[in-house]
This record gives sequence, structure tokens and C-alpha cells, in this order.
Amino acid sequence: MRYLPHTQADIDSMLEKIGVESLDALFASIPADCRRQTDLNLPEAMTEWELNSHMGRLADQMAVCPESRVFVGAGSYDHYIPEVIKQLVGRSEFYTAYTPYQPEISQGTLQAIYEYQTLITRLLGLDVANASMYDGASGLAEALLMAIRVTRCNKVAVSRLIHPLYRRVIQTYFAPTGFEVVELPMTAAGKTDLSGIDDLESFAGIAVQSPNYFGCIEDHQALGDTIHTAKKTLFIVGFTEPLAYGLLKNPGSLGADVACGEGQSLGIPRSFGGPGLGIFAARKAYMRAMPGRLVGKTQDIEGKRGFVLTLSTREQHIRREKATSNICSNQGLCATAAAMYMATVGGTGIRKLAQINHDKAAYLQNALVDAGFEIPFATPVFNEFVVKFPQGFDATYKKMLDKNIVAGLPLEKDYPELSDHYVMCVTETMDKPDMDLLVEEVAA
Amino acid sequence: MKNALGISGLILDEPFLWERGKKGRMGMSLPKSDVPESPLSDELVGDGPDFPDLSEVEVVRHYTHLSTWNFGVDTGLYPLGSCTMKYNPKTNERQASLPGFAQAHPLLPAGLSQGVLKIMHDLQIYLAEVTGMPAVSLQPAAGAHGELTGMLLFYAWHQKNNQTRTKILIPDTAHGTNPASAALCGFQSIPLASNANGILSPRDVKALMDEDTAGIMVTNPNTLGLFETHIKEIADIVHAKGGLVYADGANMNAVMGMVDMAQLGVDVLHLNLHKTFSTPHGGGGPGSGPVCVTEDLEPFLPVPRVVAVKNGFELSEDFPESIGKVHAFYGNFGIQIRAYAYILSMGKDLKTASQLAVLNANYIKESLRDTYHLAYDQTCMHECVFTDKHQQEYKVSTLDIAKRLIDYGFHPPTIYFPLVVQGALMMEPTETESKEDIDRFINTLKAISKEAEENPELLLQAPTRTKVRRLDETAAARKPCLAG
Repeated sequence: MRYLPHTQADIDSMLEKIGVESLDALFASIPADCRRQTDLNLPEAMTEWELNSHMGRLADQMAVCPESRVFVGAGSYDHYIPEVIKQLVGRSEFYTAYTPYQPEISQGTLQAIYEYQTLITRLLGLDVANASMYDGASGLAEALLMAIRVTRCNKVAVSRLIHPLYRRVIQTYFAPTGFEVVELPMTAAGKTDLSGIDDLESFAGIAVQSPNYFGCIEDHQALGDTIHTAKKTLFIVGFTEPLAYGLLKNPGSLGADVACGEGQSLGIPRSFGGPGLGIFAARKAYMRAMPGRLVGKTQDIEGKRGFVLTLSTREQHIRREKATSNICSNQGLCATAAAMYMATVGGTGIRKLAQINHDKAAYLQNALVDAGFEIPFATPVFNEFVVKFPQGFDATYKKMLDKNIVAGLPLEKDYPELSDHYVMCVTETMDKPDMDLLVEEVAA
Repeated sequence: MKNALGISGLILDEPFLWERGKKGRMGMSLPKSDVPESPLSDELVGDGPDFPDLSEVEVVRHYTHLSTWNFGVDTGLYPLGSCTMKYNPKTNERQASLPGFAQAHPLLPAGLSQGVLKIMHDLQIYLAEVTGMPAVSLQPAAGAHGELTGMLLFYAWHQKNNQTRTKILIPDTAHGTNPASAALCGFQSIPLASNANGILSPRDVKALMDEDTAGIMVTNPNTLGLFETHIKEIADIVHAKGGLVYADGANMNAVMGMVDMAQLGVDVLHLNLHKTFSTPHGGGGPGSGPVCVTEDLEPFLPVPRVVAVKNGFELSEDFPESIGKVHAFYGNFGIQIRAYAYILSMGKDLKTASQLAVLNANYIKESLRDTYHLAYDQTCMHECVFTDKHQQEYKVSTLDIAKRLIDYGFHPPTIYFPLVVQGALMMEPTETESKEDIDRFINTLKAISKEAEENPELLLQAPTRTKVRRLDETAAARKPCLAG
């Protein structure tokens, strides 16, 4: 096997040094009744070339562009990824390193993450960002737990327009804690409705998502103003599409205390949902209560600039059960890729790219309206929106699947009152002919 | 020392990203727009993030410079104990980047995603075979996430039995994440001391295990690199009181094909695909931390689960007792592909990998036993733990030894962990290191010990050949500067 360098002569001389007879004898400390009795029942090892063929066959069974047209976002977005990012993140000095415990030989990772933290604070308008969480969902769950820690209130509120799968992760995280999760309803315009909450003070945090699951841009300013009438309550803004903040006012400038969500859009392939990137940023006041790794700037003994993992007294390996989180491995390489992406697209580019995303969504929205379909929520969107198709559209939807066109994602499963409603997404990768084809097919 | 690996080369300095570039540059080929512009209202639009504008070349130079300041497994021996820094096969990277996988949307209908579903399905079967545990979930995104999932399973199990248990036993040789993961589920950690031989005594477990205790979290082999010889008896004690046994499988690289975890009495086990199954650590992640469970606990596994149906596979939510979801989608699938490719490349040689990992660790242990103090003098598994006891008389410490290793071109071992050993140097060479490289590492550690005796200043000043020297971590924490 090409990964195993030992010759028989190596093995023999090493066993002799150790003073045992055989490889098996090295395992003498394992009692007989703990030993496995049978050989591993695994397929015969493949050569590199057999593996390539095997994987190629499996990959061919997947619906991906350009053969298919997938008009689905919902937390995972199709954006162009410049080749430089694949090449640079593929430098093995980055990807074969461990967590930077020895800073003198990890400055590459450390500066890259420090720059990531910086660019994220600029994207979201907040003071500090951590080195990443597992994904948008776990990041949001941990933000709510942080709110409970800092406010000592035992109740949080979560908008019904937060990604349904994120809300399920929150439920899982909260199940054994005894803390209460209240669901906030939505308005007829597809935005979060806070009006039913009359005891704001009793909430540790209130979380919304913007653009929300329906693609609608939430009114941060009004939400923040209301939430901040309660002195302690944290205003948490989630997101699944960070590219929106290339164009929209950022959460920090509109009153968010924490902004957290999924960063897959920033140069990371969809990969069937992971690895993505949990982005987590907050106001400085919450720095020491935050979960996750943080990279800080410092100096070496000669006064040269350098970087280290810092504020680790918050973390599990020091504080054990009193840690702010149990997170250890994070999504560091994805954070590095996101920083590379933000650097490549740049300040000028991200604005233009975000505008193109919005323009394409607006084009499809208008084309669907022209074709006689209803856009039920009259709220501005970024690159996703809801369309209502006529009753019985599911038959057409299925027929289109056979042509490798996925005409959005049905909402009924998560929002039973919204039968025949579909959430659609278009990004810069979708050309006008693709959208025209979609309209033609749905109208057929 | 003659012929040392570490010599100095040209190190290029590199400013921050935002100190490079000029407004108006662009590093990305912006797609053309073929639709009319549709401006959003001014009320919604902001100024845009204050990102630098760089050319493609500037981005490439920037990150290429940064990368040269890093040390990875591809650079050299990386004996970081309990982290299993084995070689990350290149073919795995190729497979994960195949467009069919890399571009796959997670909410595609099953009919359009049979390829990934088959990979997930088969990987679960392979991991079940390697561990001896019947059921597997791939959803946890990292080891600690697997631990959390495991604790949620404990909680759900006890709840189903109408029990509220508040405590959990955690040995002093466990990973640091264990108590933090248990705390997230409201379990209070009860510390359990290992005995003079570095392992757990059934008597100590018996004294602490009661009907208020949800179970025990054991790392086996433990962080001293020792097999928990009494694991079966301990599991019986825990089970007799209605508790469950969690095994932290971070050290599974020692025992593939050698033990059957279910046979040991383990109820829940997590694996680190980024350790045992060769996927890269990425400078901190992404990892993948599947959980493997007994049949009794299978109904509680996270959903959706991949199930075989007529003509293929689908994702099923039909598990009413499930704890729910721990990840928005199905975990770090891109990492799961790499582990799958590794298992297919290795086949039955997975067992050989474990044997050679244990051989390498014991070879280091025997070769250095006269130079460094051995914390526990017995046959180890995949890692061995030394201390700085002999070198302390020269006023040098574990930290100094570690830093001097850097100058010689090696990544240091894990230091000051496990906490039960003072001044620990925890070495895990893994099976992918050749005898020559290990010999060089051994000789270097012997030379460093000699330097400690003759010229300790060399250790105290180390490292000197790196881009930066020792860094002021106290100042970093006292006045945190986390963004530029």
C-alpha cells in the first residue's frame, strides 16, 4: 500500500528494538475477550485508477450544471468560484496543517484567519468575528445559547422565517437545556411579526434571518429599535446568503448585536451541504462570551508582528465544563477560502456581483408575473423569492425534474398553509435563456 | 547537530490584504449581465463592505507568501499526540472536487442525487464494520460535535426511560471537549481519576456510578496511549446502574481491525474522520465526527437518515424517536467523500495501518526511554507520553524542547496534555512515517537533550529559524486585537 512506507526489514528491526516478537504482540494489553475475532469485511483495496473510475461513475449520477438547471437556494447557493481560490486553498501548507497550536510555524493560517475575522466584521458591520462555527445552523443555536448566558434570561424568540432546518437544529440543541424557544409569526408581507410580544424584557435574544427563508429583506432598523427597548435583550440577525451584504445595509449598522449565518456563498462549493462555513460576529461587549476560536495580533520577542490563538480561557481545553462552547475543530479552511474569495472579488466587485444577483432575480420575478403567476409577498428581495403557482402545479414540477430542471423548492412541507408556493433562487450563474426556459416550462 | 532538516531559507514578508491593492482593481472575472438593471431602494442599500480591491496576481502572491509560513503534514513529521496527523492522500482531494459532488445542491430530490446517497450509505456500512457498532450517523461536523450528539442520545435514551439523570463520569485522561460537550446537555461532570498504571479501575467507577449518573465518557485507547484493559468490567458496572457508555474514538487509529467496540460494551462512539480516516485538518477544520451506536440507540440517531429502497437510496425522516438535526444538512459531506475514498484505497490494510501506527509509537518510546522520562512505562498504543523531568535540572522545560524541535524541522508533539502528566510531551507518529524519518526525529530529540545539558540557551531562545520567534500570548489576551 503506497501510504505505508514500512518494508519487512524495517518492521523486523523495529520489533527487535522494542523487544517483541510480532506486530500482534504489541497489542498484548488488549484482553482476549476484547479482541476482534474476525477479519475486516471490506471491499478489496482499489488502485488509484479503479477508484477514479468508481467515483466518476457515482459523480455522473448527480444533477449538476450545465446539464441541469437548479433554481434552488434555501441555504446553499450556486456562485462562480474563481480558480485561484481552488488553487490557493489547495496549497497543502494550508490544508494539511492542524489547528495552529504552535504559532511560530503557523503564521500562514493565523494571518489568514485574522484577515478573515477582519473582512467579516467589515461585511457585517460588527466589532469581532470568530474563526468559524460548523455551519449557519449551529452558529445560530450557539448565538442563542450565548444570549442566555449573558442575560441570564431563559427564553429566546426565533422568527418563523428563519430557515426551517436551522430552527430544527436550534430545537435539538435546546432540547436538554430546559430553555424556552418561542416562535415569532410572520406578516402578510413575508416579514417577521414582533407585535405579539409584550414581554420583550424576558427574552435573552430575538433572532430573525435576513434575507429570510422567503428571500424577503427584513426591516432590521424597526426590529432593532423595538428589541432594544428592552435593555438586555440581544438582537440576533441570521443569514444564509452573505453576498446580500455586498449590496444591503449591514446588520451592525442597523442595530444587530450578533450576526451569524452560513458563509458557503463566499467561494465554497455546495458539496451536498457541507463543509460550509458558520460565520459568527458580535459587538465587542460579547467578545469574552463568544464561542469558538479567536486569532489575535501580538508581537514576538523581537517586536515583530505575529498572531496567536487568544482568549482561550473561554474554551473547552482550558475551562472544560465551564467553557463558552464545546467547539474544537471548526471550519478553518472554509474560513480561509471565504477570505480568499472576499479578497478576490474585492469591495468594488462584491457590490457589482450582488447587484447582478438581484437583477437576475428581479428579471425572473417579472417574467413569472408577466406569464400570469403570483408573487405573494410584496417585500423587496435579494436573489430569492416566493412564487405561487396554480393548484396542481406539482405534476408540472415533477415533469420538469425529468428534464433536469428544479423549479424551486416547495414551501408546503414547512408552511402547510402555503400550498403551491415555491421559493426560487437565481444567482449570477443563471443566464437569461435558462430563466426564459423555466418560465416557458412552468407555463406549459 | 549535523545534517539537520531545519535550515533557514528566504522568507518573504507580506502585509495585510487591505494594505495591498488599489481601488478599482478586480481579481475576479465578473459575469456579464444579460438582464436589465433593477435597483433596490436607497433605504435598503448600504455603502458596501470596506474590502480592498486586488488583482488576481496580488491575491495569489499574498496567499502563497502566507502558505510558506505554515508547517503541514506535507512539510514533515507532525507527531501531534491524539491528533493523528497521518498523510492526507491526494486522490481523496481529487474525488471530493469532482463537479458531480462539489456542485451538488443538498436539497435535490433523491432521484437526482443517487451518487452522494450511495457514498453516505456505504460509508456508514464501512464505519460500522471497522468499529463493530451496528448503526452510524455521519451528520456531526467534527469530533466535539459527535460528542454533543452522543450526549443528546444519552439524554434522549434516559428520557424515554422516564429518567432524569444529572451527572456523567469523565476520567482525567479524557479529551478536554468531553466535559464541555456533556455540560451542553446539562450533565454535571464527575471527575474520575486514572490509577497508578494510567488506566481506570473498576472499583473507582463502582464507587461513583449511581442511578443519578447518565453514564461514562471513556477515551479508549486513552490520552496516555494506553488501552483501558478493564473496559468490559467498567461497562458492566455502568450498565448495571442503568447508565450508558460513551467512547471517544479520537484514538481509533490504534485499534482498527483489532477490537470490536460493541463487544467492549460501548453504546455510543464517535470517530474523527480527520484523524483515523486520513482527511485533512485544514488548519483547524473542517473535520467530520460520525457517531456509531448500538441497535438500542439507533432509533435516536439524527435525521434524515440514508435508507436503501428499491432501485437506490433516499433520505428518510421517518424516525419518530430521533433527537432531530445537529447540522443544517448532512454534515461535512465533502470530508465524508475523502474518508470513503481512503477506505476504498486501503481495504483490509486498515488493520495494517493500526499495527504500524502502534509499531512506530512503541519504537519511539523504546528509543527515547533512556533520554526522556517516560510517564507510564508499558507497551503503548498509537502514542507515547514523555515528560521533561530529566531536563528540568538544566532549567529547560517541555515548551523549550518543543520549540527547539521546530528549529530542527519537526512539528512538536502535543505538549502539557494530558493534564494528569506534568510537562507532558505526547507523541503520535502515525503509520505513514518511515523508519528513516522516525530515526531522524529520535536522534534530534536526543541531540536536544544534550543541548539542554551543554547549552540550554539554545532551547530557551528557540525557535530562531522561523518567520517569527516566541510570541507574547499574554499581551494578546490582555488587550485583544482581533481585527485590523
